[in-house]
Amino acid sequence: MSTGNVVLVTGVSRDLGRTFARSLAADPSVERVIGVDVVPPRGDIGDVSFVRADIRTPVIAKVIAKEDVDTVVHMSIISTPGSAGGRGTMKELNVIGTMQLLAACQKAPSLRSLVVKSTTTVYGASSRDPAMFTEDMGPRRAPRSGYGKDVAEIESYVRGFGRRRSDVRVTLLRAANVIGPHVRSPISSYFRLPVIPTVIGHDARMQFLHEEDLYAVLRHAVLTDVAGTFNVAGPDILMLSQAIRRLRRPWLPLPGLAVGNLGTTLRSAGLADFSPEQLGFLTYGRGVDTTRMREVLGFTPARTTHEAFADFAASLPTPAARLERALLAAERQLAGGATHG
Amino acid sequence: MGDAEIIPIGPGGRPAARGTGPQPAPGHVAEPAAGAARPPVRTADRGPLDGIPVGEWLAAFQVAAQEVFGDQWEPQLARFLAFLRRRVTGEYVVDEYGFDQEVTERFFMAALRPIAQKWFRIEVRGAENIPADGGALVVSNHSGTIPVDGLMTMVSVHDHTGRFLRPLGADLVFRLPIVSTLARKSGATLACNEDAERMLRGGELVGVWPEGFKGIGKPFSERYKLQRFGRGGFVAAALRTGVPIVPLSVVGAEEIYPLVGNLPSLARLLGLPYVPITPLFPWLGPLGLVPLPSKWLLEFGEPIRTDDFEPGASEDPMLVFNVTDQVRESIQQTLYSLLMERDSVFG
Repeated sequence: MSTGNVVLVTGVSRDLGRTFARSLAADPSVERVIGVDVVPPRGDIGDVSFVRADIRTPVIAKVIAKEDVDTVVHMSIISTPGSAGGRGTMKELNVIGTMQLLAACQKAPSLRSLVVKSTTTVYGASSRDPAMFTEDMGPRRAPRSGYGKDVAEIESYVRGFGRRRSDVRVTLLRAANVIGPHVRSPISSYFRLPVIPTVIGHDARMQFLHEEDLYAVLRHAVLTDVAGTFNVAGPDILMLSQAIRRLRRPWLPLPGLAVGNLGTTLRSAGLADFSPEQLGFLTYGRGVDTTRMREVLGFTPARTTHEAFADFAASLPTPAARLERALLAAERQLAGGATHG
Repeated sequence: MGDAEIIPIGPGGRPAARGTGPQPAPGHVAEPAAGAARPPVRTADRGPLDGIPVGEWLAAFQVAAQEVFGDQWEPQLARFLAFLRRRVTGEYVVDEYGFDQEVTERFFMAALRPIAQKWFRIEVRGAENIPADGGALVVSNHSGTIPVDGLMTMVSVHDHTGRFLRPLGADLVFRLPIVSTLARKSGATLACNEDAERMLRGGELVGVWPEGFKGIGKPFSERYKLQRFGRGGFVAAALRTGVPIVPLSVVGAEEIYPLVGNLPSLARLLGLPYVPITPLFPWLGPLGLVPLPSKWLLEFGEPIRTDDFEPGASEDPMLVFNVTDQVRESIQQTLYSLLMERDSVFG
């Protein structure tokens, strides 16, 4: 449908937002890309025109009206207090920011579509979870604080907006944990630890989405006329223990409480961005069903969970896996010897 | 090679035939060349640490490998090492429920099989009632204080049909450390409608124990009396997916840990459904955890078809209750007839 789009992307000061805005600007079917954030982006933004604006203020409405924006991509949902400078600011940016942005969108007659990058964290993580969440399911226990609650509130505002402006196409993408060589997120800094703490006796099921696939699905959502809520993830499952073994890193099983405390310590030391929601995820894990993504949205990630994780693992320095090489050598020799004899 | 003194033991200096593995063909055993001229070794030459030469170690290793893996020990050992390497590097796949087929087959089943065959001497009847492929729901009675009956059913189903039984477990199973990991790896998932239907639609053989904790935690005096079958959720799941229900009656599991008492206040404190007292536990400590060696009978009944009801049948509570009762009655009747047949508990 919409050609000659003018797209507004929020949250371009962070890597995912900036890279996505730049790749969208390079697309010939998009006329202009406007990047918005409170602080200027650090890296190269290519053809994106940057507007310094706080989405928590009504200034954003003026930007949308003046630039005749027809598509808004909302990507400035922050998952950790560390990057925002405190939990209070994080909640302000997430919840109030989204409210203001949606209020501005509601007043913009030119607006035709809204794409929101949400997360599968909205499903929570508990022992009572079904194996695979579909889009119609909710968390087993409503989150009472933190990122999970922010996302739940943001999604409810987005649904409210969809009811009030039924002429606007609303696409809500619930992305699994994004991983890749350039991603700095709580989960990637967790896997970058030299010794990985795990919750004793539990092995979480995980799904990942490669950074390239996140850009691809957002681009797809901007350019394709499909509305609705979609889980976006590699379809296959990787166990936490399996992931750590693939990284060839040592792990340290600790009681759940100790992992949480260690996470808090690491966060205050600035070593890893560890969010409290992550403890639940590392204990119980989470799986999401991606049938609707393939069949309704018409998108298939280029990389599966295993491939996305392999690409991430390849970007990390691996300690020499001596045991593995010894086993491989012995196995080759024996198999070879058997064919000779 | 061959520079240690050989002291012949048993007939002809050959290791006596031991173990169950096939005997190596004569001549395979690496015997040091007899009669090679060399001076006898005195005890003074042997330090406590400069012990056995490398050649001997290798020969011994070769013999040991032959004992364990048989004549084709080289490819066998290579396969085993490949398995070990996959486990070390994480190069294996699990399905969306976390089921790890390789480790289940090679490790869990192998560990449980001797218990099923030697300790409980399980006799399986009616295994042909389990469909060879496609979704099906095995519904069983539940007993034994600790859900050993579920594990034994998994082994028996796999050994008789080659299929993996995918059990539906209580919330508690997935909350407990270690237990939750083992449960997911061996193919279990949470007993909820979403997972049951997803598995059945995916063509899995799903196992369910609708009595739940009421069943395994009932006193010994109420043995073989079926408890309430939940809310019939399993029947609704089968109706919605149109898969057959296979009733399973297990006799023998009631006697493994006769539950004579309970500590409700301690159970509440620990967040468990009950803390059992059996004639051996907790009096004998960990030894009290050894199950009594009762003789088990597993009988799979005629499958009950659910695909000939009209669509929307799962929304009819009366029909769901009726089918639930039918399954329950069928299991209870089979239990009674198996008990009549059984000579004694440990027979």
